[in-house]
Order: sequence, then C-alpha cells, then structure tokens
Amino acid sequence: MPVGSGDVWVVVEQEGGRAEPVSWELMGEAAALARELGVRPAAVILGSTGRQLSRTAFSSGAEVAYLVEHPDLEPYTADPHCQALVELAEKFSPQIILLGATTRGRDLASAAATELETGLTADCTRLDIDTTKKLLRQTRPAFGGNVMATIITPHHLPQIATVRPGVFTAPQPVEGVSGETVVLKPHIKAAATAVKQLQFAPNPNTGVTLNGAKVIVAGGRGLKAGRNFALLEELAAELGGEVGASRGAVDAGWISQHRQVGQTGQTVRPVLYFAVGISGAVQHLAGMQESDVIVAINNDPEAPIFEVADYGIVGDLFDVMPAMIGEVKQRKLAAGGEASPALLKQGGGMRTKTGAGGGSE
Amino acid sequence: MQINSIVCIKQVPDTTQVRIDPDSGSLIRQGIPSVINPYDLYALEAALKVRDSHGGTITALSMGPPQADEALKKAIGYGVDRAVLLSDRAFAGADTLATTYTLSAAIRKIAGELTAAGAAGIDMVFCGKQSIDGDTGQVGPGLARRLDLSQVTYVCSLLEVDAETRTVRAWRQREDGRELLEARLPVAVTITEACNPIRYAALPDLLWAAKAPVEVWSAGVLEVEPDRLGLKGSPTRVSKVFAPPARERGETLSGPDRPPNEIAAALFDKLAERGLVIGGSSG
Repeated sequence: MPVGSGDVWVVVEQEGGRAEPVSWELMGEAAALARELGVRPAAVILGSTGRQLSRTAFSSGAEVAYLVEHPDLEPYTADPHCQALVELAEKFSPQIILLGATTRGRDLASAAATELETGLTADCTRLDIDTTKKLLRQTRPAFGGNVMATIITPHHLPQIATVRPGVFTAPQPVEGVSGETVVLKPHIKAAATAVKQLQFAPNPNTGVTLNGAKVIVAGGRGLKAGRNFALLEELAAELGGEVGASRGAVDAGWISQHRQVGQTGQTVRPVLYFAVGISGAVQHLAGMQESDVIVAINNDPEAPIFEVADYGIVGDLFDVMPAMIGEVKQRKLAAGGEASPALLKQGGGMRTKTGAGGGSE
Repeated sequence: MQINSIVCIKQVPDTTQVRIDPDSGSLIRQGIPSVINPYDLYALEAALKVRDSHGGTITALSMGPPQADEALKKAIGYGVDRAVLLSDRAFAGADTLATTYTLSAAIRKIAGELTAAGAAGIDMVFCGKQSIDGDTGQVGPGLARRLDLSQVTYVCSLLEVDAETRTVRAWRQREDGRELLEARLPVAVTITEACNPIRYAALPDLLWAAKAPVEVWSAGVLEVEPDRLGLKGSPTRVSKVFAPPARERGETLSGPDRPPNEIAAALFDKLAERGLVIGGSSG
C-alpha cells in the first residue's frame, strides 16, 4: 500500500496565503471522520503561497500537510489544479477528499472526480461514516431544499464531496501541534494554461461577513423600502451582528446581494437569527434553518417562517423593531453601558446538538 | 470564422412542487410539471448571441425520457439549428459521471458529422451553471475534462469570442468577486443567471417548433461501452431520501393586546434564559 493510503483529505482553498474559512471547517470534520476510520486527516495546499497555512492546518486537526507547488497553480484555474490534485490522489490514494462547495471548490471537484472516474456529491450539509461498510454517507439537499438525499459511493475511491460553507464549525485552533509535511512538485502539462486570469475585481463591500456572524438580523419584502433596513442595521449593531436579507428584498433592489441568505445566497448558521418581514419561502429556509435560535416577526400569522421559528411575533414590524432596539439599549445600560458593548454573551455559540433540527433525521 | 456550439439542456420537474411522501418516504414526482432547467435558458441565450455575431450552428442536446423532446422543441422555437435527444433505457439512473460520459460521446458524434460536412468541429459547449433538481453543477466541468475543452464555470458575463485568435473572454463569478478569464477554444462554459435572459421567441417559430423533428439517439448509435452508461456506469448511489428535518414550531410571544415593548422584553428574557444574552431588563 502506498504511503498515506486511505487518509481523509481536505483541499484547502487558498490564494495568496489566505484560506477560505470553509477549509478549516472541513479540517475539523475530516479529523473526526479520520478518527472513526482509523486513518489520518490531511490538508492539501495547492500553490506555493500557501506554505505557511500548514501551521493552521495542523492546529485545526491535520496530521499531514501536502504542499503542492507549481507556478501554474496561482491564480486559480481549473485545469492545473485538477492535474495536480489527480496526480497527488493517484500517488497517495486517499479514501475521502473534501472541498468547500464554493465556485472554485465545485469547479475543481467536478473536474477531478471526472478524471479519477469516481463519485462526487455536491454541496453536502452533513457527513458521517457508515461504520459497517466504512463508507462516507453524504447528505445534501436536493430539489431546491424540499428533499434531503443521502448519497454513497460504494465501490469507487476516493469518495469526493463538496461541503456547503458554514455547515460545520471550525475547530478551536490547538497551538503548538505539528505534523508531517510533504512538499511536491506536480507535473502539469502545458495545455493547462488554456485559461488565463486577466483581471480580478473584488466585491465592493468586502465588509459583509454573514458566514461567521453570531447574530443576523435579516429583512424581507415586509420592509417595504430599502431605507427601512436602517431599523435592522440598528438592532444588528446593538447586538454586534450583521444584516441579512431574503431574495425578495435583494431582487427589489433594497439591499446588496452579498447579504442574501438562502438557496441562491449564503447558508448561515448564527446563534441568533431574526427574520423580519420575511415570509419564509423554502429557498430562504434552506439557508438559515440551522440557526440555533430563530426569531420571526411578521404581520401574517400564516407565514411559513413561523413554522421554523423558536419565537414568533405576529405584528407590525414597524412597531416591534423599535421596541426591540429600545429593549436592547435598556439592557445594555443596566449591564454596564459602554463598558459592555456586546449584549450577546461571549462564547455564546451554544451549538447544542439538541437544538431543533440539529442532527435528527 | 464560424462558431459551432452545443447547448446542453435538461428537462427538470418544477422543484418547488417536489415533496417526499411521508408514508412511503419516496419522491412524489407525479403530476408535477416539467420545465427547461432555467439556467439552461441563459446558456441557450449566450449561444444564440455568439451565433448572432459569428454564424455557425447550434445543436441543443439533452438526455432523458422520450417526453424530454418537449424541452428540445422549445429550444428549436428559440432558434437552434438542430436538436438531439439521447433516450434509451440504458441511460436511466445516470449520475453526473455517467451523464458526461454519454453526452460527450454524443458531442463527439455531432462534431464528427460537422467535420465530415467540411466544417470545423465543436468550438463551444454551453451549459447552465447547475440544474435546479440535482443542483450539482458537475456536468459542464465533466464535459470539459472528457472532451479536452477549456473549462470556465459560473460565467456572469460572456464577452466577445475572438474567432481569429480562437479565444473567448468571460467574467466568472466567485464568492469574493469576479474574475476576467481568457480561454482558448474549444471551451466549455457554464452560464449563470447574471447573463442575459432568453430572448422572446416569435409565435410562428414556436408553433412551427412544436412540430419540429427532434432526433432521438439510442445507445446503439453512440460509441460507448454499455457498462459505463446509466446506473451501471454511476459510482454514486442514493442510499435514501427523506424530508428535511422539521424544526419544531416554537412559542408565539405576541398576543392580541400585548404592547410591542412587552413583547420585546419577553423575547430578551427568553434569550437570557437560554444563556444567549446577558442579564435581565432593568425595567
């Protein structure tokens, strides 16, 4: 058996030495899966600017870091990454490869799975091991979130899955741990340069970080106008959170698409989610129903959002929201005012598995 | 120089209506209307636009049951030159790996027929960014690997094709921004909803298209190994389907005459009980 055979890999999505947070979310999950299988979790870092990321990989649970270095690996294009990953997989025979279900992760996974002629499951929201068959059970939404499906790849290796960002929680880094580092120079055929990046235009408002936010105050069509998002901004600011939105509000042009939560936006998993004037279409629910606590404010008592809300408030949001803001301000004052700017408890990420919808099937 | 294209089209159920039967635990698909995968229409428009400026032919290609010819007839109504449906029991149950294997065999055959007629082969393969039923986005990249095409996914703006230098420029959507890519032809592109929506088809064209011939190809006309088709050729298996875990409906804090400030206080008391926020209210 080749060295490293049967390990669980995470492809770290990195550019210029900066990794996507989903990579570390997956590293923690890979470590758990590897433990169950009795193999090693490993990080695959493609591109030479990612060298120092091996430290983060080790502190997040990796026992091996493959540093794959070649000038064609940056900036990202599909073909050189595919060639490098395929070469590495053929050499070291992992049994599982996980990637973030991002535009790059899905691009690369699709190409590599085709080349390796193996199974790929896209956009998983849950992974576990069938311990009798030693298979990866890959669970994902399908049909726009109306259906969940568990997929297996029974007779092909490696089993490849992309995983939706925000589904797993990145582990607390354990400082001072190290692991085995393997540096490789892949053979990348020249045809790999058939796609060139000429320019990169970053998103204008890079301040939006819905993914890691502990509190999200999201608004929908019930807000009636873009300017009314000010109410949400105020509550979010008081709670140290971010403003989110439904597709309806984004399509109406009231707020940036970067704040969209749902099937065609981002999947979020905050401690506290306020759905304000959001009816709760299944596509929206798909992006937020893993939140620990959901508060819904809507004037329609029949709105489907109430079906998933821990606390439902049927009423006019233009009355309820100012009352919320007032209440938070009052409590902060009582708790020490300026000295205690965050009402939310520190370390309040109470990710109890008992939370509704947590992990039950 | 002309550009010859393939547009891959999938007929999908209107996913908002698909449900799990709570008794049998299986998918209820009966009576649910079928539509062209909406992203494929953006792909079709992008292909039509390239043909507007460069000429050449567009072949719409689909794989599915015989009734999927409806989707291809619509594509004819929008103006594609040729429509091919891959339909055979042997194709049934295909995952994306078996699907790209089958589609790529058909694309090779179409390219072969073009070159036999004196044209260059296939220059561009257009797909939607993903289907709304499977949501995988794997077919476009899979075709790129199998057919040795440049791979450009999640295109939010397809710029001019340069037929002389045989390159295409496209903006590709990423989570953190957009990147301008230049790809050598032949290329596979997957198109997002940020591109142009499909043009209006003229009514006479649609009426004519309803009767237009869709070529139906079985496995027998393709150069394929039977073991790599359909369920047999698919490494993945659906081990189970189930309804998304339902969240319990919680408490209603509002009441007929309860003032908003009382509701707000009640909410934050509850959140404090859960240990999510600090302290009690001073008021």
